[in-house]
Amino acid sequence: MSSRRDFMGKALGGFAALGGIAALYAMKRSWDPLPSVKAAGFTTVDLSAAEPNVLNVEKWRGKPIFILKKTPDMKPDDRDVVVGSDRFHVSIGLCTHLGCIPAYQADNKKFKCACHGGEFDTSGHQIFGPPPSPLEVPPFKIDGTKIVLGEAGPEYTKMKDAGLTV
Amino acid sequence: MAHFEKANSINEWMDQRLAVNTLKKVMQTEYWIPKNINFLWAMGMVLAATFGILLVSGIFLLMYYKPDVNMAFDSVNYTIMTEVGYGWLWRHIHGVAASLVFLVIYIHMFTGIYYGSYKKGRELIWLSGMLLFVTFSAEAFSGYMLPWGQMSYWAGMVITNLFSAGSLELYGLVEWIRGDYVPGDAFLTRFFMLHVLLLPLAIIGLIVLHFGTLRIPHVNNQDGEEFDFAEAAKLYKEGKVKESKVIPFSPVFLSKDVFVLGVYFILFFYLVFFHFEFAMDPVNFDPADGLKTPPHIYPEWYFLWSYEILRPFPKDPGLVAFGIAQVIFLMLPFLDRSPNVAPASRRGLFNVWFWIMLLDMLVLTVMGKLPPQGIWNTIGLVAALVFFALWIALPIITKSEKKL
Amino acid sequence: MKELKIFSVVAIFTLILYWGVEPFAHSQMHKHVEGHNFTYDGTADIEEAEAKVAVAKETKTKVAEAEATLAAKKTFWADVKRISKLNGNAANGEGLFAMCAGCHMEGAVNMGGVTPPSLEKAGALYDKNYLIALVKNPAMASNVDHKYADTMMHPMGSVTTMVVDDQSIADVVAFLMEKKKGEMTSKEAFKDACGRCHAMRYAKTTQIGDTPVFKEKKDALAHEIKVLDEQALVKGYMGKLPPDLSMMIRARSAEYMETFVENPQSQLPGTSMPRTGLSHEGYEKVKQYLTEIGDPSKPAREAIGPWVVLFFVVFSVLALLWKKEKWRDHH
Repeated sequence: MSSRRDFMGKALGGFAALGGIAALYAMKRSWDPLPSVKAAGFTTVDLSAAEPNVLNVEKWRGKPIFILKKTPDMKPDDRDVVVGSDRFHVSIGLCTHLGCIPAYQADNKKFKCACHGGEFDTSGHQIFGPPPSPLEVPPFKIDGTKIVLGEAGPEYTKMKDAGLTV
Repeated sequence: MAHFEKANSINEWMDQRLAVNTLKKVMQTEYWIPKNINFLWAMGMVLAATFGILLVSGIFLLMYYKPDVNMAFDSVNYTIMTEVGYGWLWRHIHGVAASLVFLVIYIHMFTGIYYGSYKKGRELIWLSGMLLFVTFSAEAFSGYMLPWGQMSYWAGMVITNLFSAGSLELYGLVEWIRGDYVPGDAFLTRFFMLHVLLLPLAIIGLIVLHFGTLRIPHVNNQDGEEFDFAEAAKLYKEGKVKESKVIPFSPVFLSKDVFVLGVYFILFFYLVFFHFEFAMDPVNFDPADGLKTPPHIYPEWYFLWSYEILRPFPKDPGLVAFGIAQVIFLMLPFLDRSPNVAPASRRGLFNVWFWIMLLDMLVLTVMGKLPPQGIWNTIGLVAALVFFALWIALPIITKSEKKL
Repeated sequence: MKELKIFSVVAIFTLILYWGVEPFAHSQMHKHVEGHNFTYDGTADIEEAEAKVAVAKETKTKVAEAEATLAAKKTFWADVKRISKLNGNAANGEGLFAMCAGCHMEGAVNMGGVTPPSLEKAGALYDKNYLIALVKNPAMASNVDHKYADTMMHPMGSVTTMVVDDQSIADVVAFLMEKKKGEMTSKEAFKDACGRCHAMRYAKTTQIGDTPVFKEKKDALAHEIKVLDEQALVKGYMGKLPPDLSMMIRARSAEYMETFVENPQSQLPGTSMPRTGLSHEGYEKVKQYLTEIGDPSKPAREAIGPWVVLFFVVFSVLALLWKKEKWRDHH
């Protein structure tokens, strides 16, 4: 076949490929999380009743969220969420090593992951074992005494910009 | 172990291991198709493409569909139609394709009948094709259950009741098919299984068989002419393409197929976007209600002719007639006693038979949808009787046909 | 040329088939109902009553009863016509409306089976003639008089003792048409016109309004019980629970919807659904909402459709050129 004769075939093939790309786009969109899933991606937690050194675990986007009201003797940290005069540690409760949920040991004031022995302090920094980075802070916004998980407020943006969480 | 040389290209590497060049020859560039054909010979490709579209759109529907009587309707009409990105598009495509596939099947079938493409070694093509028709029918019916609307439920009720076989009163069989006293959760889930697994597997297998049966007798041509394919192929390969009676499947035959496909898709997508009601009955947008039958229930249009054969007769004879109608087309190669492979227009009485049959099926189809009352009933009864008269007449008129 | 001939045979058979199983079959299956463009002058009601008289005479049962109904309808709609010609005084109407506002207010609760609509924007939703008829005789106006031996039994029956004379009726309706005529969203129109009896689960709304998101299962269940209680009341009033309207826009043809809303008896004789008296604009609003919820892909279909079809037109042209090239030396 001469190249001149193949031209139409190539033009047709190319044009059909354009349609294929459009179809692939539609397919990609069909795999996206549903609007109802996205709309459910916000969780509001009232912090006013929290007890110091008692870990609260909330569910947000299917993941556990650690909320720990700090006692005065716990070291303050740039990653703390400050509500009024109280400081809170808020993080996604999944070990940054391989995603298990660390348990909070109130007596030792640290998080310990049962899977591979990783440990975090009350600010979520890794202090022992394989975890490569601190517990992640979820996007949050402070609304009075409440915290809205899933929405990025100024405090969160500041943390993120400072590279304190990913 | 075979000896492998170092390959100089990917093609060569593949060829050494998979014989891709031979495969390409056998399946494409040296798969010979008669030159003397028209666009009706592209219907097989149109069907394959439509089946592909059904498969792809079905996959996307399957990801969000819930086969549960409490969730099915909303998973289709809410989740898929309003939440999933382009979910509505997949559903419209799936619904329209399911209807159009039967239109093309009927065109394909009547093309075969008109040109006598079921005779002299081509019997298996016809038989495997008719088996495909039957499995497609089952696939269509089982799929129709899934949205679990009023039409789904009542179609499920009526069709499964057919298995009670009239006076034989096999209600145990009906309950066994449903897994319940009425179409319920077990029924929906098993028909879901049939629709997305067992029947598609059967269809794919039968498509392969259907292609296979074409290989030795070759595709028929517009004049039913018998010629030596090997000789014609030799001519073609020598470059005498004008003199040769054949063309290679790829790219010559394919180029025509693709054009026909393009035109078909214009119609197809016009229907998908602007005119889908014929394939997505409004009544099925009412959720299934076992305590309320819709004022008019009727099958999808492609089942109407056989439904109409059931309807005008009393229960038992109606069921027998219906049963015969389902399988009689399978018998065509054996009921046509004429040795001629030629277009119907050259076959005298058979030509008359063909056009009456086509018209009769058309009349049956329309009557099947009309309410069974007054003149419609009479016309339906006459059309059903004509249908059987035609099949009885077929061996007689073809036996006396002159050899061409 | 020969191929075109074959093609036209296939096309003609296909078109006849389509015509037979779709437009023709449906025209035979569904009776044709004449629309009245959302004007309410009793034409349809009187025709219905006349038809019933004819049937009664044929079967020789309850002839006198049917004739009495016909006479009552004729008198009633003649009265409505007379009142509609009076000059309503909106200022007087405002004073009279105070009586209505006792039930028709925001946050009203179920009374006699149904929650009274807030009439805050009634002028934008309902037809003037219908409102006159409704105040005059609620059961007759909504064409459900067959359900009530006495209009006083209608949940709104007491209006006939409150607003009695023709001029008062004209005044109160003038007030509604002139002063209660704010811009309505399609959702508000649905809520007032349909949503007090019909739920719409795809819009997460029920007979008692939008369903809030509950964190606690207990609260969600408590709300559900409230909904069920309201639905039981509506069911008691209507005889059965009116259907959810989420998918109604796709479950009925446009023509059916229009004539049904205008006069439910025309499509479902004997139904307990009252005529709602929507004006043409009011109906369009409601229809818009039903479409937004039940057929939200409509705008996307209309936007993408032409492009996809155009794609295959171009595709076919290219394919034809390719085919011609491949077949050039073959004939």
